[in-house]
Amino acid sequence: MRPFHKIPRLGLVTVATLGAIAWAAFAPITFASREETFEIPKGTWARRMAGNKVEILPSRVFLTLGIRDVLLLKNLDDVPQIFGPTLMMPGQSFRLPFEVASSYQFACTAHASGQMTVVVDAQPDTPWRRLVWRTRRITRLVT
Amino acid sequence: MRYATGPVLWACMLLSMTAHGAAPASEADALKAGVFNPAREAPDFSVRGSDGAALTLSHYRGKVVVLGFGYTSCPNVCPVTLAVLALARRKLGALGSQVQVIYLTVDPERDSAERLKQYLAAFDPTFVGGTGTTAQMAAVRTSYGVTAEKVGTGSDYAVAHSSFIYLITRDGKLRALMPFGHKAEDYAHDIFMLLN
Repeated sequence: MRPFHKIPRLGLVTVATLGAIAWAAFAPITFASREETFEIPKGTWARRMAGNKVEILPSRVFLTLGIRDVLLLKNLDDVPQIFGPTLMMPGQSFRLPFEVASSYQFACTAHASGQMTVVVDAQPDTPWRRLVWRTRRITRLVT
Repeated sequence: MRYATGPVLWACMLLSMTAHGAAPASEADALKAGVFNPAREAPDFSVRGSDGAALTLSHYRGKVVVLGFGYTSCPNVCPVTLAVLALARRKLGALGSQVQVIYLTVDPERDSAERLKQYLAAFDPTFVGGTGTTAQMAAVRTSYGVTAEKVGTGSDYAVAHSSFIYLITRDGKLRALMPFGHKAEDYAHDIFMLLN
């Protein structure tokens, strides 16, 4: 039997890669909360009025049914704000659940494009779907 | 047959709520629509109703108001939404009389009170439309955060507009917002919860 340090590096990489793939396919996907939360911090309006560009809500939000399928928007600022799809008063929150996997377009004046998209993915309930879901999530985080 | 689904729907909803332990306190979790917390006073308005009289939101205190924005020349979103709302109201059976659908035009240049009345009656004769001057309707839209933008030129223009439906409680609170695409069952479910 060859000593451990003699095992070719390529073999180790292969084992690690297969292990990662197996984990990505079989480990259950869990989040502490089903809510994806975005907040307008206090002072946002003042910063915007001062000419600062403040982006809080991404133009594309990704949710997953059964895991993280609720969009929660909070306006912690002192003035009413158009946030996501709606006008929100100071201190108000808006909780929007999704039950169907689809791509939802909302008019949103907070974005330069005037539009916000919420992409709701189906629940990854098989090893292959979990693998695809995790790969897609990493890709979205990187890009 | 038309109203036969009403009691069955109520029974299913009650059963569903019991099964999930839902209570008024967890209403925010139970509604299919997006929920505002805390609910704020729904902005009142005074425009010309499709019956020719003044139309105010406060007139309908005591009813659940389902408020939408659209226009009679809308090629897709508005007809679908209004058909869904009409079906939802029918599903509520007798409770439907405690619900008022109000549809405010985003195209006051073309939508007269008479035109709105004729258009809405095709979906449900109890639906009420509202129109007014361009400035009046723009002010109402602003108070609700509704966007509307004319697309195209000439008399055949379209209006790109927000497609949400606002759910307003009996005491005039703007409680929830239903995005486009929900089924009549979802509306009936939420309206039923707000009625109770």
